[in-house]
Amino acid sequence: MQRILNNPDDIVDEMLKGFLKVHGDIVEKTENPRVIKAKNISSDKVGVVTGGGSGHKPAFIGYVGKNMCDAAAVGEICSSPTAAAFLDAFKEADQGKGVACLYGNYSGDNMNVKMAVKMAKKQGITVKTVVANDDAASAPRDQREKRRGVAGEVFMWKVGGAKASIGGSLEEVIEAAQKAIDNTRSVGIGLTPCTLPAVGHPNFEIKDGTMEVGIGHHGEPGIEVCELETAKGMAKRMTDIVLPDYPFEAGDEAAVLVSGLGATPVMELYVLYDEIEQILQEKGIKVHRSYVGNYFTSMEMMGATLTVMKLDDELKELIDMPAESMGLKQF
Amino acid sequence: MECFSNKDGKNILLKMVKGIQDNKDYLGEVDGLIGDGDHGMNMNKGFTVFESRFKDEAFGFAEGLNELGQILLDEIGGSMGPIYGTVLMGMAEAGEDLCEISLKDFANMLEAGLTELYDIVEAKVGDKTLVDTLAPSVDTLKRAAFGGKSFKEALEALKEAAAAGRDSTKDLTAKFGRSSRLGERSRGVLDAGAVSCCIILQAMADGIMEQLA
Repeated sequence: MQRILNNPDDIVDEMLKGFLKVHGDIVEKTENPRVIKAKNISSDKVGVVTGGGSGHKPAFIGYVGKNMCDAAAVGEICSSPTAAAFLDAFKEADQGKGVACLYGNYSGDNMNVKMAVKMAKKQGITVKTVVANDDAASAPRDQREKRRGVAGEVFMWKVGGAKASIGGSLEEVIEAAQKAIDNTRSVGIGLTPCTLPAVGHPNFEIKDGTMEVGIGHHGEPGIEVCELETAKGMAKRMTDIVLPDYPFEAGDEAAVLVSGLGATPVMELYVLYDEIEQILQEKGIKVHRSYVGNYFTSMEMMGATLTVMKLDDELKELIDMPAESMGLKQF
Repeated sequence: MECFSNKDGKNILLKMVKGIQDNKDYLGEVDGLIGDGDHGMNMNKGFTVFESRFKDEAFGFAEGLNELGQILLDEIGGSMGPIYGTVLMGMAEAGEDLCEISLKDFANMLEAGLTELYDIVEAKVGDKTLVDTLAPSVDTLKRAAFGGKSFKEALEALKEAAAAGRDSTKDLTAKFGRSSRLGERSRGVLDAGAVSCCIILQAMADGIMEQLA
Protein backbone atom coordinates (compact mmCIF):
# COMPACT_ATOMS: atom_id res chain seq x y z
CA MET A 1 0.00 0.00 0.00
CA GLN A 2 1.67 3.18 -1.22
CA ARG A 3 0.02 5.78 0.99
CA ILE A 4 0.96 8.83 3.07
CA LEU A 5 0.12 7.93 6.64
CA ASN A 6 1.17 7.89 10.25
CA ASN A 7 -1.04 5.54 12.25
CA PRO A 8 -3.90 4.61 9.86
CA ASP A 9 -6.33 4.76 12.78
CA ASP A 10 -5.58 8.47 13.20
CA ILE A 11 -5.91 9.47 9.57
CA VAL A 12 -9.28 11.22 9.89
CA ASP A 13 -8.21 13.36 12.84
CA GLU A 14 -4.89 14.20 11.23
CA MET A 15 -6.55 15.08 7.93
CA LEU A 16 -8.90 17.44 9.78
CA LYS A 17 -5.96 19.15 11.48
CA GLY A 18 -4.31 19.82 8.14
CA PHE A 19 -7.57 20.87 6.48
CA LEU A 20 -8.29 23.45 9.19
CA LYS A 21 -4.80 24.91 8.90
CA VAL A 22 -5.07 25.32 5.13
CA HIS A 23 -8.69 26.47 4.88
CA GLY A 24 -8.97 28.56 8.03
CA ASP A 25 -10.30 31.43 5.91
CA ILE A 26 -13.39 29.37 4.98
CA VAL A 27 -14.04 26.96 7.85
CA GLU A 28 -13.38 26.58 11.53
CA LYS A 29 -13.37 23.83 14.12
CA THR A 30 -16.12 23.38 16.70
CA GLU A 31 -16.27 21.85 20.15
CA ASN A 32 -16.96 18.48 18.56
CA PRO A 33 -13.74 17.48 16.78
CA ARG A 34 -15.87 15.66 14.19
CA VAL A 35 -17.87 18.74 13.20
CA ILE A 36 -16.53 21.51 10.93
CA LYS A 37 -18.46 24.75 10.41
CA ALA A 38 -18.32 27.65 8.01
CA LYS A 39 -16.78 30.90 9.22
CA ASN A 40 -19.11 33.84 9.73
CA ILE A 41 -22.43 32.08 9.19
CA SER A 42 -25.12 34.70 8.63
CA SER A 43 -27.43 34.85 11.62
CA ASP A 44 -30.49 35.25 9.43
CA LYS A 45 -30.74 32.07 7.40
CA VAL A 46 -31.75 28.44 7.39
CA GLY A 47 -28.84 26.21 8.40
CA VAL A 48 -27.57 23.71 5.83
CA VAL A 49 -25.82 20.60 7.12
CA THR A 50 -24.28 17.59 5.49
CA GLY A 51 -22.08 14.76 6.61
CA GLY A 52 -20.77 11.36 5.70
CA GLY A 53 -17.87 8.99 5.92
CA SER A 54 -14.36 10.17 5.18
CA GLY A 55 -12.27 9.29 2.15
CA HIS A 56 -14.35 11.19 -0.41
CA LYS A 57 -12.53 14.53 -0.41
CA PRO A 58 -13.54 17.23 -1.11
CA ALA A 59 -16.82 15.73 0.18
CA PHE A 60 -18.03 16.40 2.73
CA ILE A 61 -16.18 19.17 4.59
CA GLY A 62 -14.94 20.63 1.32
CA TYR A 63 -18.48 21.83 0.61
CA VAL A 64 -18.76 23.85 3.81
CA GLY A 65 -18.49 27.54 3.12
CA LYS A 66 -20.26 30.65 1.92
CA ASN A 67 -23.48 29.93 -0.03
CA MET A 68 -22.85 26.20 0.47
CA CYS A 69 -23.23 24.06 3.62
CA ASP A 70 -22.87 25.66 7.05
CA ALA A 71 -21.58 22.61 8.88
CA ALA A 72 -20.57 19.03 8.19
CA ALA A 73 -20.37 15.93 10.38
CA VAL A 74 -17.29 13.81 9.76
CA GLY A 75 -17.23 10.02 9.98
CA GLU A 76 -14.52 7.40 9.90
CA ILE A 77 -13.37 6.28 6.47
CA CYS A 78 -16.38 5.06 4.48
CA SER A 79 -18.44 5.03 7.67
CA SER A 80 -21.27 7.32 8.74
CA PRO A 81 -20.66 10.03 11.33
CA THR A 82 -22.28 9.36 14.68
CA ALA A 83 -25.73 10.64 15.54
CA ALA A 84 -23.99 12.85 18.11
CA ALA A 85 -21.85 14.45 15.38
CA PHE A 86 -24.89 15.12 13.17
CA LEU A 87 -26.69 16.63 16.17
CA ASP A 88 -23.75 18.91 16.98
CA ALA A 89 -23.57 19.96 13.33
CA PHE A 90 -27.30 20.86 13.47
CA LYS A 91 -26.65 22.97 16.56
CA GLU A 92 -23.73 24.79 14.94
CA ALA A 93 -25.76 25.54 11.81
CA ASP A 94 -29.06 26.47 13.44
CA GLN A 95 -29.80 30.19 13.55
CA GLY A 96 -33.33 29.71 14.80
CA LYS A 97 -34.81 29.19 11.32
CA GLY A 98 -34.38 25.45 11.18
CA VAL A 99 -31.84 23.19 9.54
CA ALA A 100 -31.83 21.39 6.18
CA CYS A 101 -29.78 18.20 6.40
CA LEU A 102 -28.74 17.21 2.87
CA TYR A 103 -26.99 13.85 2.79
CA GLY A 104 -26.55 10.64 0.80
CA ASN A 105 -28.61 7.46 0.86
CA TYR A 106 -26.53 5.00 2.88
CA SER A 107 -27.92 2.85 5.67
CA GLY A 108 -25.54 4.17 8.34
CA ASP A 109 -26.14 7.80 7.46
CA ASN A 110 -29.89 7.18 7.36
CA MET A 111 -29.88 5.70 10.87
CA ASN A 112 -27.60 8.29 12.45
CA VAL A 113 -29.38 11.24 10.84
CA LYS A 114 -32.75 9.83 11.93
CA MET A 115 -31.56 9.56 15.53
CA ALA A 116 -29.95 13.01 15.43
CA VAL A 117 -33.13 14.60 14.03
CA LYS A 118 -35.08 13.06 16.92
CA MET A 119 -32.59 14.37 19.48
CA ALA A 120 -32.58 17.82 17.84
CA LYS A 121 -36.37 17.97 18.02
CA LYS A 122 -36.17 17.40 21.78
CA GLN A 123 -33.83 20.37 21.98
CA GLY A 124 -36.15 22.59 19.96
CA ILE A 125 -34.29 22.48 16.63
CA THR A 126 -36.35 21.71 13.53
CA VAL A 127 -34.46 19.62 11.03
CA LYS A 128 -35.74 18.51 7.64
CA THR A 129 -33.84 16.21 5.36
CA VAL A 130 -33.19 15.50 1.71
CA VAL A 131 -31.49 12.22 0.97
CA ALA A 132 -29.57 12.07 -2.30
CA ASN A 133 -30.19 9.10 -4.59
CA ASP A 134 -28.71 10.16 -7.90
CA ASP A 135 -26.75 6.99 -8.73
CA ALA A 136 -28.77 5.53 -11.59
CA ALA A 137 -26.80 2.28 -11.60
CA SER A 138 -27.45 1.39 -7.97
CA ALA A 139 -31.08 0.25 -8.26
CA PRO A 140 -33.78 0.04 -10.94
CA ARG A 141 -35.66 3.17 -11.92
CA ASP A 142 -38.82 2.16 -10.06
CA GLN A 143 -36.80 1.73 -6.86
CA ARG A 144 -35.24 5.16 -6.68
CA GLU A 145 -35.55 5.12 -2.89
CA LYS A 146 -32.86 2.44 -2.82
CA ARG A 147 -30.36 4.31 -4.94
CA ARG A 148 -27.12 5.65 -3.51
CA GLY A 149 -26.15 9.28 -3.39
CA VAL A 150 -22.97 10.09 -5.28
CA ALA A 151 -21.53 13.19 -6.97
CA GLY A 152 -25.01 14.61 -7.55
CA GLU A 153 -24.84 15.59 -3.90
CA VAL A 154 -22.56 18.46 -4.96
CA PHE A 155 -25.45 19.92 -7.00
CA MET A 156 -27.83 19.32 -4.09
CA TRP A 157 -25.54 21.25 -1.71
CA LYS A 158 -24.94 24.01 -4.25
CA VAL A 159 -28.66 24.52 -4.83
CA GLY A 160 -29.72 24.08 -1.18
CA GLY A 161 -26.92 26.31 0.08
CA ALA A 162 -27.72 29.02 -2.46
CA LYS A 163 -31.44 28.92 -1.66
CA ALA A 164 -30.72 29.29 2.05
CA SER A 165 -28.36 32.20 1.48
CA ILE A 166 -30.93 34.21 -0.49
CA GLY A 167 -33.34 33.91 2.41
CA GLY A 168 -35.34 30.79 1.53
CA SER A 169 -37.43 29.34 4.32
CA LEU A 170 -36.71 25.81 5.54
CA GLU A 171 -39.51 24.47 3.34
CA GLU A 172 -38.16 26.35 0.33
CA VAL A 173 -34.59 25.18 0.90
CA ILE A 174 -35.76 21.58 1.25
CA GLU A 175 -37.93 21.89 -1.85
CA ALA A 176 -35.09 23.32 -3.93
CA ALA A 177 -32.57 20.71 -2.75
CA GLN A 178 -35.09 17.94 -3.38
CA LYS A 179 -35.77 19.28 -6.86
CA ALA A 180 -32.03 19.42 -7.52
CA ILE A 181 -31.54 15.77 -6.64
CA ASP A 182 -34.77 14.66 -8.35
CA ASN A 183 -33.49 16.32 -11.55
CA THR A 184 -30.07 14.67 -11.24
CA ARG A 185 -28.71 11.33 -12.42
CA SER A 186 -25.20 9.94 -12.03
CA VAL A 187 -23.17 6.89 -12.94
CA GLY A 188 -19.61 5.81 -12.16
CA ILE A 189 -17.01 3.73 -13.95
CA GLY A 190 -14.27 2.19 -11.78
CA LEU A 191 -10.86 1.21 -13.18
CA THR A 192 -9.03 0.17 -10.00
CA PRO A 193 -10.20 -0.64 -6.45
CA CYS A 194 -9.63 1.45 -3.33
CA THR A 195 -8.04 0.49 -0.04
CA LEU A 196 -9.05 1.45 3.49
CA PRO A 197 -5.71 2.49 5.04
CA ALA A 198 -6.32 0.49 8.23
CA VAL A 199 -7.27 -2.60 6.24
CA GLY A 200 -4.21 -2.35 4.01
CA HIS A 201 -5.44 -4.17 0.93
CA PRO A 202 -8.27 -3.57 -1.51
CA ASN A 203 -11.46 -5.41 -0.56
CA PHE A 204 -12.59 -5.85 -4.14
CA GLU A 205 -10.90 -6.37 -7.42
CA ILE A 206 -10.99 -4.73 -10.83
CA LYS A 207 -8.70 -6.69 -13.09
CA ASP A 208 -6.22 -4.89 -15.31
CA GLY A 209 -7.74 -4.29 -18.70
CA THR A 210 -11.30 -4.26 -17.37
CA MET A 211 -13.63 -1.62 -16.02
CA GLU A 212 -16.67 -1.79 -13.79
CA VAL A 213 -19.65 0.21 -15.01
CA GLY A 214 -21.94 1.48 -12.28
CA ILE A 215 -19.50 1.01 -9.41
CA GLY A 216 -20.27 2.77 -6.13
CA HIS A 217 -18.08 5.05 -4.07
CA HIS A 218 -17.23 2.23 -1.69
CA GLY A 219 -16.66 -0.38 -4.34
CA GLU A 220 -20.28 -1.46 -4.35
CA PRO A 221 -20.31 -3.62 -7.46
CA GLY A 222 -21.71 -2.13 -10.61
CA ILE A 223 -24.05 -3.46 -13.22
CA GLU A 224 -21.41 -4.75 -15.60
CA VAL A 225 -17.72 -5.62 -15.73
CA CYS A 226 -16.36 -5.27 -19.24
CA GLU A 227 -13.17 -4.76 -21.16
CA LEU A 228 -11.51 -1.39 -20.73
CA GLU A 229 -12.72 0.94 -23.45
CA THR A 230 -11.62 4.24 -24.96
CA ALA A 231 -12.81 7.52 -23.48
CA LYS A 232 -15.35 7.62 -26.30
CA GLY A 233 -16.66 4.20 -25.33
CA MET A 234 -16.86 5.15 -21.66
CA ALA A 235 -18.71 8.37 -22.49
CA LYS A 236 -21.23 6.40 -24.52
CA ARG A 237 -21.81 3.85 -21.75
CA MET A 238 -22.23 6.57 -19.13
CA THR A 239 -24.65 8.67 -21.16
CA ASP A 240 -26.56 5.53 -22.20
CA ILE A 241 -27.30 4.91 -18.52
CA VAL A 242 -27.79 8.46 -17.29
CA LEU A 243 -29.75 10.12 -20.09
CA PRO A 244 -32.69 7.70 -20.57
CA ASP A 245 -33.10 7.25 -16.82
CA TYR A 246 -34.35 10.77 -16.06
CA PRO A 247 -34.90 11.08 -19.10
CA PHE A 248 -32.93 14.03 -20.47
CA GLU A 249 -34.26 15.08 -23.86
CA ALA A 250 -33.57 17.40 -26.75
CA GLY A 251 -34.10 21.00 -25.71
CA ASP A 252 -33.18 20.41 -22.08
CA GLU A 253 -30.61 22.59 -20.40
CA ALA A 254 -28.28 20.84 -18.00
CA ALA A 255 -25.46 21.22 -15.51
CA VAL A 256 -22.83 18.53 -16.00
CA LEU A 257 -20.25 17.30 -13.50
CA VAL A 258 -17.46 14.88 -14.32
CA SER A 259 -15.65 13.89 -11.14
CA GLY A 260 -12.56 11.75 -10.81
CA LEU A 261 -12.71 8.95 -8.27
CA GLY A 262 -9.37 9.96 -6.76
CA ALA A 263 -6.43 8.59 -8.70
CA THR A 264 -7.37 9.27 -12.29
CA PRO A 265 -5.30 12.12 -13.78
CA VAL A 266 -7.42 15.23 -14.19
CA MET A 267 -6.32 15.55 -17.82
CA GLU A 268 -8.13 12.29 -18.56
CA LEU A 269 -11.30 13.72 -17.04
CA TYR A 270 -11.19 16.49 -19.64
CA VAL A 271 -10.80 13.89 -22.38
CA LEU A 272 -13.88 12.14 -21.03
CA TYR A 273 -15.79 15.40 -20.68
CA ASP A 274 -15.12 16.32 -24.28
CA GLU A 275 -16.63 13.03 -25.44
CA ILE A 276 -19.60 13.40 -23.13
CA GLU A 277 -20.39 16.91 -24.25
CA GLN A 278 -20.26 15.82 -27.87
CA ILE A 279 -22.90 13.17 -27.17
CA LEU A 280 -25.05 15.68 -25.29
CA GLN A 281 -24.79 18.09 -28.18
CA GLU A 282 -25.80 15.42 -30.66
CA LYS A 283 -28.85 14.72 -28.55
CA GLY A 284 -29.78 18.36 -28.38
CA ILE A 285 -29.08 18.77 -24.67
CA LYS A 286 -27.56 22.15 -23.93
CA VAL A 287 -24.81 22.33 -21.32
CA HIS A 288 -25.43 25.47 -19.29
CA ARG A 289 -22.57 24.94 -16.85
CA SER A 290 -20.01 22.20 -16.42
CA TYR A 291 -17.57 21.07 -13.78
CA VAL A 292 -14.58 18.78 -14.24
CA GLY A 293 -12.21 17.70 -11.47
CA ASN A 294 -12.00 15.68 -8.27
CA TYR A 295 -15.31 16.74 -6.73
CA PHE A 296 -16.33 13.51 -5.00
CA THR A 297 -13.71 10.80 -4.76
CA SER A 298 -13.20 7.37 -3.40
CA MET A 299 -9.68 7.47 -1.97
CA GLU A 300 -7.27 6.12 -4.60
CA MET A 301 -9.80 4.51 -6.90
CA MET A 302 -9.28 5.25 -10.58
CA GLY A 303 -12.25 6.07 -12.70
CA ALA A 304 -14.87 8.78 -12.96
CA THR A 305 -18.50 9.64 -12.37
CA LEU A 306 -20.81 11.52 -14.68
CA THR A 307 -23.58 13.62 -13.15
CA VAL A 308 -26.24 15.48 -15.15
CA MET A 309 -28.86 17.81 -13.66
CA LYS A 310 -31.75 19.16 -15.67
CA LEU A 311 -32.14 22.86 -15.07
CA ASP A 312 -35.21 25.05 -14.83
CA ASP A 313 -35.12 28.79 -14.16
CA GLU A 314 -34.84 28.41 -10.41
CA LEU A 315 -32.11 25.77 -10.53
CA LYS A 316 -30.22 27.82 -13.09
CA GLU A 317 -30.27 30.88 -10.85
CA LEU A 318 -29.14 28.86 -7.83
CA ILE A 319 -26.43 26.89 -9.62
CA ASP A 320 -25.04 30.15 -11.08
CA MET A 321 -24.70 31.92 -7.73
CA PRO A 322 -21.21 32.47 -6.35
CA ALA A 323 -19.92 29.96 -3.83
CA GLU A 324 -16.87 29.80 -1.66
CA SER A 325 -15.92 26.42 -0.30
CA MET A 326 -12.75 24.37 -0.66
CA GLY A 327 -14.37 21.97 -3.10
CA LEU A 328 -16.39 24.47 -5.10
CA LYS A 329 -15.38 28.07 -5.68
CA GLN A 330 -17.42 30.07 -8.13
CA PHE A 331 -17.39 33.78 -8.77
CA MET B 1 -33.89 -20.65 40.67
CA GLU B 2 -30.57 -20.26 38.95
CA CYS B 3 -29.45 -16.68 38.71
CA PHE B 4 -26.34 -14.61 38.29
CA SER B 5 -25.69 -11.36 40.03
CA ASN B 6 -26.22 -8.20 38.05
CA LYS B 7 -23.51 -6.62 40.17
CA ASP B 8 -20.57 -8.19 38.47
CA GLY B 9 -20.67 -7.81 34.72
CA LYS B 10 -17.01 -7.23 34.14
CA ASN B 11 -16.06 -10.78 33.18
CA ILE B 12 -18.95 -11.07 30.73
CA LEU B 13 -18.34 -7.72 29.07
CA LEU B 14 -14.59 -8.27 28.78
CA LYS B 15 -15.26 -11.65 27.17
CA MET B 16 -17.39 -9.86 24.57
CA VAL B 17 -14.59 -7.35 24.05
CA LYS B 18 -12.05 -10.14 23.58
CA GLY B 19 -14.33 -11.94 21.15
CA ILE B 20 -14.42 -8.89 18.92
CA GLN B 21 -10.72 -8.12 19.30
CA ASP B 22 -9.72 -11.70 18.44
CA ASN B 23 -11.91 -11.62 15.34
CA LYS B 24 -11.08 -8.13 14.10
CA ASP B 25 -9.29 -9.34 10.99
CA TYR B 26 -11.78 -12.12 10.29
CA LEU B 27 -14.70 -9.69 10.47
CA GLY B 28 -12.86 -7.36 8.12
CA GLU B 29 -12.36 -10.16 5.62
CA VAL B 30 -15.99 -11.27 5.74
CA ASP B 31 -17.15 -7.67 5.35
CA GLY B 32 -14.67 -7.09 2.54
CA LEU B 33 -16.30 -9.75 0.37
CA ILE B 34 -19.58 -7.89 -0.01
CA GLY B 35 -19.18 -4.78 2.15
CA ASP B 36 -16.33 -2.33 2.45
CA GLY B 37 -14.13 -4.25 4.83
CA ASP B 38 -14.23 -1.96 7.83
CA HIS B 39 -16.57 -3.91 10.11
CA GLY B 40 -13.80 -5.57 12.12
CA MET B 41 -11.93 -2.33 12.47
CA ASN B 42 -14.91 -0.28 13.61
CA MET B 43 -16.21 -2.91 16.03
CA ASN B 44 -12.71 -3.38 17.44
CA LYS B 45 -12.35 0.35 17.91
CA GLY B 46 -15.59 0.70 19.86
CA PHE B 47 -15.11 -2.37 22.02
CA THR B 48 -11.50 -1.41 22.74
CA VAL B 49 -12.50 2.12 23.78
CA PHE B 50 -14.87 0.48 26.25
CA GLU B 51 -12.10 -1.82 27.52
CA SER B 52 -9.60 0.98 28.04
CA ARG B 53 -12.15 3.16 29.79
CA PHE B 54 -13.59 0.52 32.11
CA LYS B 55 -10.99 -2.18 32.62
CA ASP B 56 -9.92 -0.79 35.99
CA GLU B 57 -13.44 -0.25 37.25
CA ALA B 58 -16.07 -2.52 38.70
CA PHE B 59 -19.42 -2.49 36.93
CA GLY B 60 -22.58 -4.52 36.70
CA PHE B 61 -23.85 -6.49 33.70
CA ALA B 62 -26.66 -4.11 32.74
CA GLU B 63 -24.45 -1.14 33.54
CA GLY B 64 -21.64 -2.48 31.34
CA LEU B 65 -24.04 -3.15 28.46
CA ASN B 66 -25.30 0.40 28.74
CA GLU B 67 -21.81 1.92 28.75
CA LEU B 68 -20.67 -0.21 25.83
CA GLY B 69 -23.85 0.62 23.90
CA GLN B 70 -23.42 4.32 24.58
CA ILE B 71 -19.81 4.24 23.35
CA LEU B 72 -20.82 2.44 20.15
CA LEU B 73 -23.64 4.90 19.56
CA ASP B 74 -21.72 8.10 20.38
CA GLU B 75 -18.28 7.32 19.11
CA ILE B 76 -18.40 4.75 16.36
CA GLY B 77 -21.09 5.82 13.95
CA GLY B 78 -21.44 3.87 10.73
CA SER B 79 -24.36 1.46 10.76
CA MET B 80 -23.03 -0.68 13.53
CA GLY B 81 -22.81 2.12 16.08
CA PRO B 82 -26.54 2.80 16.15
CA ILE B 83 -27.46 -0.86 15.65
CA TYR B 84 -25.40 -2.42 18.43
CA GLY B 85 -25.77 0.67 20.57
CA THR B 86 -29.54 0.29 20.39
CA VAL B 87 -29.50 -3.46 21.07
CA LEU B 88 -27.12 -3.27 24.04
CA MET B 89 -28.79 -0.23 25.58
CA GLY B 90 -32.20 -1.85 25.08
CA MET B 91 -30.96 -4.92 26.96
CA ALA B 92 -29.47 -2.73 29.68
CA GLU B 93 -32.70 -0.80 30.19
CA ALA B 94 -34.66 -4.02 30.60
CA GLY B 95 -32.18 -5.30 33.18
CA GLU B 96 -31.09 -2.22 35.09
CA ASP B 97 -33.39 -2.70 38.08
CA LEU B 98 -32.58 -6.38 38.64
CA CYS B 99 -30.28 -7.57 41.44
CA GLU B 100 -30.24 -11.17 40.31
CA ILE B 101 -30.76 -12.16 36.71
CA SER B 102 -32.64 -15.37 36.06
CA LEU B 103 -32.89 -17.17 32.73
CA LYS B 104 -36.29 -15.56 32.13
CA ASP B 105 -34.88 -12.14 32.96
CA PHE B 106 -31.99 -12.64 30.57
CA ALA B 107 -34.35 -13.79 27.83
CA ASN B 108 -36.47 -10.69 28.42
CA MET B 109 -33.42 -8.47 28.24
CA LEU B 110 -32.29 -9.92 24.93
CA GLU B 111 -35.81 -9.65 23.57
CA ALA B 112 -35.94 -5.99 24.61
CA GLY B 113 -32.72 -5.38 22.68
CA LEU B 114 -34.28 -6.90 19.57
CA THR B 115 -37.50 -4.94 20.03
CA GLU B 116 -35.57 -1.67 20.26
CA LEU B 117 -33.62 -2.62 17.16
CA TYR B 118 -36.81 -3.20 15.19
CA ASP B 119 -37.66 0.39 16.03
CA ILE B 120 -34.76 1.75 13.97
CA VAL B 121 -34.29 -0.85 11.22
CA GLU B 122 -36.75 -2.47 8.88
CA ALA B 123 -34.75 -5.66 8.41
CA LYS B 124 -36.51 -8.94 9.16
CA VAL B 125 -35.32 -12.52 9.38
CA GLY B 126 -34.17 -13.55 5.91
CA ASP B 127 -32.80 -10.17 4.85
CA LYS B 128 -29.17 -11.15 5.45
CA THR B 129 -28.43 -8.93 8.42
CA LEU B 130 -27.59 -9.45 12.07
CA VAL B 131 -31.31 -9.88 12.69
CA ASP B 132 -30.82 -13.39 11.25
CA THR B 133 -28.55 -14.15 14.21
CA LEU B 134 -30.32 -12.16 16.89
CA ALA B 135 -33.98 -13.02 16.26
CA PRO B 136 -33.66 -16.85 16.39
CA SER B 137 -31.35 -16.48 19.39
CA VAL B 138 -34.04 -14.57 21.22
CA ASP B 139 -36.68 -17.15 20.23
CA THR B 140 -34.51 -20.05 21.33
CA LEU B 141 -33.67 -18.44 24.64
CA LYS B 142 -37.31 -17.66 25.37
CA ARG B 143 -38.39 -21.17 24.45
CA ALA B 144 -35.72 -22.62 26.71
CA ALA B 145 -36.65 -20.28 29.53
CA PHE B 146 -40.34 -21.08 29.38
CA GLY B 147 -39.74 -24.75 28.58
CA GLY B 148 -38.07 -25.39 31.90
CA LYS B 149 -34.51 -25.85 30.70
CA SER B 150 -31.63 -25.09 33.03
CA PHE B 151 -29.82 -21.78 32.56
CA LYS B 152 -26.76 -23.58 31.27
CA GLU B 153 -28.75 -25.67 28.77
CA ALA B 154 -30.48 -22.54 27.59
CA LEU B 155 -27.18 -20.75 27.06
CA GLU B 156 -25.85 -23.70 25.06
CA ALA B 157 -29.02 -23.59 22.96
CA LEU B 158 -28.53 -19.84 22.52
CA LYS B 159 -24.99 -20.38 21.25
CA GLU B 160 -26.19 -22.99 18.77
CA ALA B 161 -29.06 -20.81 17.57
CA ALA B 162 -26.70 -17.86 17.10
CA ALA B 163 -24.32 -19.99 15.03
CA ALA B 164 -27.16 -21.43 12.96
CA GLY B 165 -28.53 -17.93 12.40
CA ARG B 166 -25.11 -16.69 11.35
CA ASP B 167 -24.70 -19.59 8.92
CA SER B 168 -28.17 -19.07 7.49
CA THR B 169 -27.05 -15.72 6.05
CA LYS B 170 -24.71 -17.49 3.63
CA ASP B 171 -27.49 -18.57 1.28
CA LEU B 172 -29.48 -15.37 1.53
CA THR B 173 -29.42 -12.33 -0.71
CA ALA B 174 -29.00 -9.04 1.07
CA LYS B 175 -32.00 -6.72 1.33
CA PHE B 176 -30.49 -4.03 3.57
CA GLY B 177 -27.21 -2.30 4.08
CA ARG B 178 -24.37 -1.80 1.68
CA SER B 179 -24.45 -5.36 0.34
CA SER B 180 -28.13 -5.07 -0.60
CA ARG B 181 -27.15 -3.41 -3.87
CA LEU B 182 -25.43 -6.63 -4.88
CA GLY B 183 -28.65 -8.58 -5.16
CA GLU B 184 -27.83 -12.14 -6.20
CA ARG B 185 -24.12 -11.42 -6.03
CA SER B 186 -24.37 -11.22 -2.24
CA ARG B 187 -25.31 -14.91 -2.06
CA GLY B 188 -22.69 -17.41 -0.90
CA VAL B 189 -21.05 -15.13 1.64
CA LEU B 190 -21.85 -14.66 5.33
CA ASP B 191 -23.18 -11.32 6.49
CA ALA B 192 -20.54 -9.57 8.59
CA GLY B 193 -23.07 -8.20 11.07
CA ALA B 194 -24.56 -11.65 11.55
CA VAL B 195 -21.05 -12.96 12.26
CA SER B 196 -20.19 -10.27 14.81
CA CYS B 197 -23.58 -10.69 16.46
CA CYS B 198 -22.87 -14.41 16.85
CA ILE B 199 -19.44 -13.66 18.37
CA ILE B 200 -20.97 -11.24 20.85
CA LEU B 201 -23.85 -13.54 21.86
CA GLN B 202 -21.57 -16.56 22.26
CA ALA B 203 -19.09 -14.59 24.36
CA MET B 204 -21.96 -13.26 26.45
CA ALA B 205 -23.28 -16.80 26.97
CA ASP B 206 -19.82 -18.09 27.91
CA GLY B 207 -19.34 -15.26 30.37
CA ILE B 208 -22.72 -15.87 32.00
CA MET B 209 -21.95 -19.59 32.25
CA GLU B 210 -18.82 -18.79 34.23
CA GLN B 211 -20.84 -16.54 36.54
CA LEU B 212 -23.29 -19.38 37.12
CA ALA B 213 -20.63 -21.93 37.97
